[in-house]
Amino acid sequence: MAFDRVLARLIAFFTSLRLTVVCLALGLVLVFAGTMAQVDLGLYKVQTEFFRSFFVFWGPKGASWKLPVMPGGYLIGGVLLINLVASHYKRFKFSSKKAGIWLVHFGLILLLVGQFLTDVLSRESILHLRDGEAKNYSISQRQAELAVIDRTDPSQNTVVAIPQGVLAKGGTVRNRYLPFTLRVEKFFPNSQISNRSLSAADPPAATQGVGPQLTVTQVPHVTVTDQSDVPSAIVNIDTPQGSLGSWLVSEWLGTWENSEFTPQPQSFTYAKHSYELEMRPRRFYVPFTIKLLKFHHDVYAGTDIPKNFSSRILLERPDTGEKRQVLIYMNHPLRYAGQTYFQASYDPDNQGSIFQVVHNPSWLTPYFACVIVGIGLVIQFSIQLFGFTLKRSRRPAPQPSGAAPLKRRLA
Amino acid sequence: MKWPLKILPWLFVALFGTEIVAVMLPKKEGEYHVQEFGRLPVLLDGRIQPYDTMARNALLQIRSMGSVPIEQVPSWKFWHHPETLKATPWLLEVMTRPDVADTRPIFLIHNPDLLDDLKLQNKGIDNSGLRYYTYNQLAPVLSEIAEQGKKADEVKAEEQTPFQQQVAKLANALMIYQRLKVTLQPEGTPNLSAEIQDFQKNLPAAQVAAQASASGKPFDRRALARIAQPVSDFRLMNQLAYALIVPPYPKEKGNKWRNMGASILDAFQGSGLNPAVKYLAQIATAYHQEDAQAFNTAVAKYRDWLKPAFSKDLRKGRAEYFYNSVNAFLHATIIYIFAFILAGTALLLYTLAPQISESFRISAFYLVILAGVVHTFGLIFRMALEGRPPVTNLYSSAIFIGWGAMVLGIILEWVYRVGIGTIVASLVGFITLLIAHNLALGGDTMEMLRAVLDTNFWLATHVVVITLGYASTFAAGLLGIIYIFLGLFTPLLTQKLEPAKAAAGAAPSRRMATAASRPGAQTEGQMEIGKALSKMVYAIVCFATLFSFVGTVLGGIWADQSWGRFWGWDPKENGALLIVLWNAIILHARWGGMVRDRGIMNLAVFGNVITSFSWFGVNMLGIGLHSYGFMAAAFKWLVWFDASQAVIILMGLLPLRYWRSFRTHALAAKKVTTETAGAPQPATT
Repeated sequence: MAFDRVLARLIAFFTSLRLTVVCLALGLVLVFAGTMAQVDLGLYKVQTEFFRSFFVFWGPKGASWKLPVMPGGYLIGGVLLINLVASHYKRFKFSSKKAGIWLVHFGLILLLVGQFLTDVLSRESILHLRDGEAKNYSISQRQAELAVIDRTDPSQNTVVAIPQGVLAKGGTVRNRYLPFTLRVEKFFPNSQISNRSLSAADPPAATQGVGPQLTVTQVPHVTVTDQSDVPSAIVNIDTPQGSLGSWLVSEWLGTWENSEFTPQPQSFTYAKHSYELEMRPRRFYVPFTIKLLKFHHDVYAGTDIPKNFSSRILLERPDTGEKRQVLIYMNHPLRYAGQTYFQASYDPDNQGSIFQVVHNPSWLTPYFACVIVGIGLVIQFSIQLFGFTLKRSRRPAPQPSGAAPLKRRLA
Repeated sequence: MKWPLKILPWLFVALFGTEIVAVMLPKKEGEYHVQEFGRLPVLLDGRIQPYDTMARNALLQIRSMGSVPIEQVPSWKFWHHPETLKATPWLLEVMTRPDVADTRPIFLIHNPDLLDDLKLQNKGIDNSGLRYYTYNQLAPVLSEIAEQGKKADEVKAEEQTPFQQQVAKLANALMIYQRLKVTLQPEGTPNLSAEIQDFQKNLPAAQVAAQASASGKPFDRRALARIAQPVSDFRLMNQLAYALIVPPYPKEKGNKWRNMGASILDAFQGSGLNPAVKYLAQIATAYHQEDAQAFNTAVAKYRDWLKPAFSKDLRKGRAEYFYNSVNAFLHATIIYIFAFILAGTALLLYTLAPQISESFRISAFYLVILAGVVHTFGLIFRMALEGRPPVTNLYSSAIFIGWGAMVLGIILEWVYRVGIGTIVASLVGFITLLIAHNLALGGDTMEMLRAVLDTNFWLATHVVVITLGYASTFAAGLLGIIYIFLGLFTPLLTQKLEPAKAAAGAAPSRRMATAASRPGAQTEGQMEIGKALSKMVYAIVCFATLFSFVGTVLGGIWADQSWGRFWGWDPKENGALLIVLWNAIILHARWGGMVRDRGIMNLAVFGNVITSFSWFGVNMLGIGLHSYGFMAAAFKWLVWFDASQAVIILMGLLPLRYWRSFRTHALAAKKVTTETAGAPQPATT
């Protein structure tokens, strides 16, 4: 009996319109707070802290503790979803009169679920090509990987890439393609590297490679939208015969284009194989190559207002023999093999193009959701407005005296 | 109704209609065919526009007004309209007779610190409390202004002090002015045609001399010296020219519009002197020498020369000149004000003088329709000029919000004939056009669209729909305000629609008769104004929900098309989402019986705050993809607007015993309440 009562109360709670309004209001506050917070925190951090979370935490600056002060996007969205489904299950009988409401809410469910799937499944990366250059991978803007490259065979490299997440956990990394293990001594999610003068008291970053000439320090996370963290790590290489010393690996040292330090691969030899260590942005490979034929940047006559950015590319897929030219320009991306390539940016000298590469299996859900909700709203409101006129013509008799509306207002 | 009251609405329509027709009729040219010159095309800001537009926008940026008063009229002589110099003649003067132009008080400075700094307090001309300065007065402190302006530009807009804002604006105005001066001819040249001919004549000898000099042979120094001055003049023009005024010659692919200096310098290689340069030089020379006959001939000849190859550009220039001179939005604004005053008065007289009230109401309604026609005319003309959907920037969004609210208001008035719809249409129309006018002070309002925006499909769908969402949310908010004011200060909320007319025994007007014959009109007539307002707000919130939801999702889809992210929590996206959420809250709260009429009104008023944040506020955060930069003046107004809405909501929360509309019924109601307190209210209507 008690269980029944609790259940009845729970059902009443989760199906109440009051809960809907409270959730919508909390959502409103969350979106507003999340917008204002972008000024200080930056878009990326706000997304993870406000919208992709169950609670928004707050603590005084510098303090180590934080309190949940507001429900986050996942919590509000989740409760709204339960509320929506439960109310429909319990209260609404399907009838032509309620068709509009059903459509609206079904579309909303589709939208919410689709966005949740996008959050979980989608992957954004960057493809930077100079004119004439071709690549079969794009790189992550947020994630690094430690590549251990076996360059022994001149015709082919063997690469073992260790994702940033694994490095961050620390401990020892083993891989069956490597005859040694990597022990992560320290990991810096965001770091600063500087040259170390010989007399300086600060300790060298590592014992091998470029390590002795440099120091590395931990710095806070970047909040500006167009910049990202630069991770570093110190790893020990342990072989069955003993340690090969500690190595500093960092995106600052990479051989990739944005590095401030001159590229100097750190290499060592073990068991007659020569290896190279490189911390680089995480790569996502695709089974085709994209070659940039020509990037165009048009401006309006007599001004420097951009009129159009466009990239002519050559798409080549060896396994199917496909080979064709595509023009990618603003609002006209290339969708191919589950990836979508958008014209995102360009090199200052106009001889290189930067594409945003998005892999999002649920990209179509908002399109359907929008149509469904739109139709639902139109049906619902026209039923209601139409209903007014029907009611009015059906009841030509005057309403009860003027006090009636007042009663309601005061009730 | 007595006949004077019957014809009053038509008198108003005739009065304002005549004015509109008068503006549209072609005006007589003066001694100089300045209008004809004003229609000629130039290329500026990436688009073909007439000289007139260039002149107006430059003057707006310099003086915040589209014309220059020539005579000083003491402010107490308000009936005396000072003679003014219109934009195009002012431009001609700046370009060809800078000595005169330099004496016109056009530079506005009102910051006392800046005046102190520049030691200008006692100079300048006082015009209705604002101080204007001539170029000559500023000449001694030009370098200081430029330096201070540069410093101010380095400070972020939201952190600029009033002093820095003013000095940055002044430096910009001076820069525009100086560039205008060398757009048509070198400053102070008495006879450009002759100068070009001399240059042409002296050039071959100078070229020989230059070659000789380069190879170390003896050369004619005088031949080089003869072209030294013109060359440096034309180079300066090439560097600084404000607009590209010389059309491509010969007209073929690869040839572009160029500025005057470049055209002259390159004239003597390859294709020779561009005929347009010759005509423009004649125009400049004639205006400088005050030779009206020669000026008119040169303008006509240049126009005839343009006709075959540049007829499209000529037509564009003429059309835009017409658009500028009609100034449809200004006239719509004026009519909106009158309509608002009339409709407001009609409401106040609702019970006191029903017949006069009705006459005023109809007058206001007709005027709003007239203003709406003018507003629509301007909107469509603008769309045709740009070849774009109605909303392309903040300026046009203001105009379109006003337009949407106008249409909504007229529909409301059509259904509920109490003048409230007219008030909504006229007030939102007036305020948004005022906002648009102030936004226009920033420069060209038909600027070219950046690459990502250059898509008529999304502008026509997402932008239009979302802007209609703004418009309807504002309309609902205004209805809420009207409810609160009428309730607190008048007894009208509990009055019946079409009340006293029947009671007074007057024969209903023809309009009322048709209204009464519509189905349901009888019960509608029995409805209280308060109830009617509540229904209006409900209907409009429904529309607002539809528009803002569909608009927001369409925006997401556009984002998915252009950078692969349906939703990125960008501030502008969030702003749109806030409106959707807010409208959803209002609807659900109503369906759940959590709020009644008054609650809905208060919620609707808060919708104004949310919409203003979404429309203007998020653009000023300085972050995100829709950031247009901080606007100090707009920010101040935004804060005031939001504060006023908060005050109105507080007023709306006052206990009902303070409400004039309900006070008279208070005693009777108390008794009734005790009897029916438990009666539930139906959730929906």
